[in-house]
Amino acid sequence: MPQTDGLSAQELMRSKDAGSERRSTVLTRFWSQRQAKVGVILTAIVVLFAFVGPFLLPWLTGYSATEFAARPFQSDGLFGTDNLGRDVWSRFLAGGLNLIIFSVLATLVGLVLGIAFGMTAAYAGGWLDSLIMRANDVLLAVPQLVVALLAVTVLGPQPWVLVIVIGVTHAPRIARVARSAALNVINEDYIRAAEMYAMPRARILAREIMPNITGPMAVEAGLRLTYSIGAIASLSFLGLGMQPPAADWGLMINENRIALSLEPAGVLLPVLAIALLTIGTNLIADSIAHASANTNAGGQ
Amino acid sequence: MIVRLILQRLAVSVVILLVVSMAIFFATLLLPGDPAQAILGQQATPERIAAIHEQMNLDEPAWKRYVLWLGGLLTGDLGVSAATSQPVSALIGDRVGASLFLMIAAAIIAIPVGILVGILAALRRGRATDTAITGVTLVLAALPEFVIGIALVSLFATVVFSVLPAVTMQPPGTQVWDFPAQLILPVLVLVLVVSPYIARMMRATMLEVLDSGYVEMARLKGVPERRVILRHALPHAIGPVAQVIAIQLAWMAGGVVVVEFLFRYPGLGQALIEAVNYRDVMVVVAITMIVAAVYVVVNLLADIIGILTNPKLRTGGGQ
Repeated sequence: MPQTDGLSAQELMRSKDAGSERRSTVLTRFWSQRQAKVGVILTAIVVLFAFVGPFLLPWLTGYSATEFAARPFQSDGLFGTDNLGRDVWSRFLAGGLNLIIFSVLATLVGLVLGIAFGMTAAYAGGWLDSLIMRANDVLLAVPQLVVALLAVTVLGPQPWVLVIVIGVTHAPRIARVARSAALNVINEDYIRAAEMYAMPRARILAREIMPNITGPMAVEAGLRLTYSIGAIASLSFLGLGMQPPAADWGLMINENRIALSLEPAGVLLPVLAIALLTIGTNLIADSIAHASANTNAGGQ
Repeated sequence: MIVRLILQRLAVSVVILLVVSMAIFFATLLLPGDPAQAILGQQATPERIAAIHEQMNLDEPAWKRYVLWLGGLLTGDLGVSAATSQPVSALIGDRVGASLFLMIAAAIIAIPVGILVGILAALRRGRATDTAITGVTLVLAALPEFVIGIALVSLFATVVFSVLPAVTMQPPGTQVWDFPAQLILPVLVLVLVVSPYIARMMRATMLEVLDSGYVEMARLKGVPERRVILRHALPHAIGPVAQVIAIQLAWMAGGVVVVEFLFRYPGLGQALIEAVNYRDVMVVVAITMIVAAVYVVVNLLADIIGILTNPKLRTGGGQ
């Protein structure tokens, strides 16, 4: 390596132009997989429905998704009405937005906490490492859903409770991955170099270590998003997430499943949407894992 | 050596459960309002509230209540339900067995199925069978359990065919296993949720082992293929799979909640949902502790099996 006094490890990396080149190859490898394309398309379709749907409602029925449009179980509109006489198609179109927004927020909470604690544990080592990992073990000793139910009992079924509790229960799982990924780079020369330049620790974590664990973290993000969608939809399905009269896919399934044989669309539309969405995000996560596997295992 | 490792692991489990119990107990202190008021509802008079305070030790400091509560927990006294004024242990006693039965039945099916499917995919690497298995397991792994459940109910119990019962009916005085037809769908959902992970892990480790030098050596020596797979490859591939199995079994302790709610299965999970709806704190806390205990014990057993089967530790030469 040429002597480059006065340059930070960051600039060294940039001068080799390694960063951008590697990113493009990971993207190419990602997109060259058929399952990646399928995943992106499935996710895009459901997200499009969820985001555009709420704007179509007045145009479709003249009612909002929570108003009563007709009598129960009529064949009005595209898919008829539910047991309270509300238009099923309208409620379906309006029911995905909250699920997706809250799932993304919960995943972000989990990623921020998990990466922060995981990298800190790896970089600090010693008692701080032990403390963080033991705290992890405790959090991991109760299933995610049961923690969420406990939180809902104490704090009530509010959206922010769901977001925080799902995010917090993701954090230890993400922290484990972040820690082991960070341990792989912690003894690299450029970290030593940064330390010798007296770079602040927070800056080393953010600028030197973090860029090197983006691969596994991108996989985690996709995986945790899949599980967040499942967890938040499950809680709504259990009647402990979104509360009536909100239009929400999980809640819709719970409300309409008694009339499954009478009005199948009220259950099957949201079930199908949730299924396609989680399959899509999981395919994306799996494709990222395949695409970034080589770079992270074998260095550059 | 082995005994010390196991004792160490056991101690860790006990400490984890203790910390979990503290976290749960002190979380319930965040609840607004007076538990005595919640239990009595309309019939609350100052005297009765005082009596309940006396009975539940509500006037003691928090740490003392925790110690009393933990002591009760260990001796089987789980407190009093606020919604029904009955002892929690009477409320959930039978349900523990029903839930365990569901989980064990699912595990007995899911573990061999997952392992066999994984091996099959690995042996047919890159061919149509492998592609199909990899695709299906990836899709199943993504789906939330209630989505799989609703799909099965629509398919077999309502919309398409009506051959299986969609909900569990249990007349008083009978056990859930007296009606096998009602168990098929709940067990099937759990199997379909759990086995894809086992199959994927089995396939991955099996592929790695099949590429190794000693498998090639065995083949070069002319060992029959069947023996190569069963005696040389499988024992090495199964180790990491055991951990995934443990994670999945532990996961079932939580996943069973949704499945029981969906099928109205009279187990712990359904009791938990009802208790959360009524904000019946003592019941929620008791069930959460039971689930955590199952979770920790399963993980402990997996680690002990790992220690016992690790050949490096058998000779005392490890470490």
